[in-house]
Amino acid sequence: MTRFPAAIAERAASLLALLGAWEGAAWFAHSRLFPGPGTVLATLADETINGDLLYHLGATLARVAVAFALAMTIGSAIGIAMARSRALDALLDSWVVLFLNLPALVLAVLLYVWLGLTEAAAIGAVTLSKLPTVVVTLREGARALDADLAAMAKSFRLSAWRTLRHVTLPQLSPFFVIASRTGLALIWKIVLVVELLGRPDGIGYAIQMFFQLFDIKRLIAYSLAFVAVVLVIEWGILQPFERRLTRWRR
Amino acid sequence: MAAVTVGISIDVSEKRYAGSRPIIALRSLETRIAPGEFCVVTGPSGCGKTTLLNIVAGLDKDFSGVLGFEPAGGRLPRIGYVFQNPRLLPWRTVRENIALVRPHGHDRLELERLLGEVGLADAADIYPTRLSGGMARRAALARAFAITPDLLLMDEPFVSLDGPAADRLRGLLIRLVTSRPVTALFVTHDLGEAVELADRVLVLSPSPGRIVAEMPIPLPRERRDDGDTLAALQAELARLAGIQPGRSSLRIPSS
Repeated sequence: MTRFPAAIAERAASLLALLGAWEGAAWFAHSRLFPGPGTVLATLADETINGDLLYHLGATLARVAVAFALAMTIGSAIGIAMARSRALDALLDSWVVLFLNLPALVLAVLLYVWLGLTEAAAIGAVTLSKLPTVVVTLREGARALDADLAAMAKSFRLSAWRTLRHVTLPQLSPFFVIASRTGLALIWKIVLVVELLGRPDGIGYAIQMFFQLFDIKRLIAYSLAFVAVVLVIEWGILQPFERRLTRWRR
Repeated sequence: MAAVTVGISIDVSEKRYAGSRPIIALRSLETRIAPGEFCVVTGPSGCGKTTLLNIVAGLDKDFSGVLGFEPAGGRLPRIGYVFQNPRLLPWRTVRENIALVRPHGHDRLELERLLGEVGLADAADIYPTRLSGGMARRAALARAFAITPDLLLMDEPFVSLDGPAADRLRGLLIRLVTSRPVTALFVTHDLGEAVELADRVLVLSPSPGRIVAEMPIPLPRERRDDGDTLAALQAELARLAGIQPGRSSLRIPSS
């Protein structure tokens, strides 16, 4: 832990260098289409206070949250069921492979065609794109469950709830973490595409609008706000959660 | 709920593991274990000792034969199982591991007393990955006793410990069973361990396992603590089991 401040200093220096390079490139390009960090940060502040940034950010985050929750619960249930039943595994395995390889763009277009440009179609497309990775990850986890510990739980006649909470779920938790992380990384990207194609709000919609207006400083400001939120969730929620789950390893 | 001393009647006509090459693990194995008896089962590797424990524990119901508990018709006996590996949950502390098997609303003081009794009072809040082999086995032993078992099943619980550590744990086990009424079925390769602990020793044949010799040891445990007595008992058991004198174990050397 003594090296922690040094690590922060290194990280800060690296970010400053990036900002410097950006500013230099913008100065060199000297174009409305290549705003420097100062302009973008000012736009970011202005849009947060006076503009629609928070509104669009909220819409996107709500979609991410719903699609993430749906994909995690449905995907975990299917994955665990497939690990436990050979018949179900045989039936669904090729479906999973198909959906794993189906581009999210195709799913989004098809669902918009079939369900109209609706919220259900948007969230459905994001959920379906993410679902197969959750299924595959949790199926691996459930297949690796320790038979010795299960026998221990059975011989001591632990209730189904205690067995789930103390024996089974802790073994699956690393797989939940992996599924969450890879899943979020995927959802962040897909949700913008889905919004761009067929929603009247959200960061993806805003980017599309600014693209048509050639309003690059707002386009970059909205993207940065989005990236910042992603990083906050990654560092502020996912990583502490992961550390908590793996506390016993140390 | 106090423990009741249960007896077990075991009558396994055949236990077979299916597969492309089916294995018959046990055949015509029949015995009765009296309430409160400490019964040790020994025999060569792969003779079905663990299979027998799993059948008695109710973990393995796929056998032909009858397993009965006395008093018949009562509730199922509470079983404390000490496995060959401690099988502690690595993501729960020692105390949580032991508390887990106890019913809701259990007496916390009693749990602390048990932790003290097995010498884990200071290690109660650490995770099992940080325990030594001996301490992990103490925790597994404490867990088995935490449910006030009617029946104790132990599968070579002290194997792979060094001599002095195994001695200390055997001493602990003797103290624990002496102060509580419990019926025990204990599996070991080690004839010395068998004669130190048992009221009766059963010797199983190589696979498929059945009982080939039986040796009751009426001498109370506290009067077996000198080396000569134990050596004499061990020699007697070795003779019954049909192995050469001087060898202390029924383990078949791996070829």
